[in-house]
Amino acid sequence: MGFSLFTPLAWSDLPFVLQGVLNTIYISVVAIVIGTILGLIVGFIRAEANKTVNIILGAFLDIFRSVPLIIQLILFTTYVGVMGHPLDPFVAGSIVLSLYTMAFMSEVFRGGFESVSNSMKTASRSLGMTYWQTVRYIRIPIGMRTVFTSWLGVALSVIKDSALVSVIGYMELLRTSEQLISRTQQPLEILIGVGIFYFIISYPLSRYGKYVEKRMAI
Amino acid sequence: MIEIQGVHKSFGDLEVLKGIDLTVKKGEVISVIGASGSGKSTLLYCINAIEKIQQGKIIVDGTDVHAKGTNQDKLRERLGMVFQQWNSFPHMTVLENAALAPQVVKGLSKEEAMEIAKKELEHVGLGDKFDQYPTRMSGGQQQRLAIARALAMKPDYMLFDEVTSALDPELVGEVLDTLRLLRDDGMTMITVTHEIAFAREVSNRVAFFHKGVIEEIGHPSIVIENPQREKTQQFLSKVLG
Repeated sequence: MGFSLFTPLAWSDLPFVLQGVLNTIYISVVAIVIGTILGLIVGFIRAEANKTVNIILGAFLDIFRSVPLIIQLILFTTYVGVMGHPLDPFVAGSIVLSLYTMAFMSEVFRGGFESVSNSMKTASRSLGMTYWQTVRYIRIPIGMRTVFTSWLGVALSVIKDSALVSVIGYMELLRTSEQLISRTQQPLEILIGVGIFYFIISYPLSRYGKYVEKRMAI
Repeated sequence: MIEIQGVHKSFGDLEVLKGIDLTVKKGEVISVIGASGSGKSTLLYCINAIEKIQQGKIIVDGTDVHAKGTNQDKLRERLGMVFQQWNSFPHMTVLENAALAPQVVKGLSKEEAMEIAKKELEHVGLGDKFDQYPTRMSGGQQQRLAIARALAMKPDYMLFDEVTSALDPELVGEVLDTLRLLRDDGMTMITVTHEIAFAREVSNRVAFFHKGVIEEIGHPSIVIENPQREKTQQFLSKVLG
């Protein structure tokens, strides 16, 4: 064969790949946690607010939900860069992915809050609980259980969507694999491998979700 | 003592209570009967400040329920209420259901709250259900849980809003037995009910509501057995068949 520009895939590439896996998990967890907290707050506001507030808030959320994530990522990164505040790809990716997650989570949680009946709220208040005690001890726990499966669905899709953060230069699993491909020219093996890694991250979560759902069936 | 003075209550244009006067003394059991829409449940909601009133006053042990500045959450601790729907908290065990309010509202320690909850649950015959989840229990058991949950707050008054109406017929008895138990304990109660025989048996007084006013009130031997007013007679002959 002689001289080649490409070096084939080797075991020594594993740490590099694992770093990509960790980075994918890292940014996904950040987006899911922040998106869940913000989504809970926004979902609560949507369940409680009047029509006008809901229309405005809904339109705002629709932007996040309707514009493809990849465009949001590029627009955001470019815009803050041009404004003179270049952000680290991880920070920029986390912000965009968290807001994107929040937009979906807020709808999930809104449904959860609305699933708790008025008579349940009245019964809680009649025991002397304040409005916020009812939110804390009754509405959040019951509402969140009701929508747990939908929450998990959003969380799982965030893990997969995090691959798009590669376009702004964050070294997550997909970008790691792209670099390996350009070096080794072995796209088939690498992409199959990467697919398996995503599966290994997501599948246990979805199994665990089924288990939890069964355990707290109400 | 609960003093209800000239209470008017409207939902939009619909006036549901048209001047109610009623005084409930400590230890008294009052049953409220009447057709659907006569305003009897609404009165309970107004006593408990779940609904606002437009005119009149409701005074519970000297506290004006609807006055500005009244802490209604604090007031509700003294006014236990049980509804047609039992509304068990599905994410908690029976014991946790009954211990929640004493813990978070009264600020008792977990142990103290559990202790009180256990006593009240045993009192209503749920002593063997502490660790069960309420969704696995019958409607009658869940309604008894709702009663125990309210009693765990050590209320001075109990308000019952058609607590047997959503139950299967064979489960009504156990809930009524629990109410009898409370009467024997000397609990002050206002019971909105369709169970005429029960009202006759347990009440010191029966109030017949008709279109937002108290049409007739008095001892059950009069209001139920020998009603003086024509509307009362018509209503009773309808429900008693």
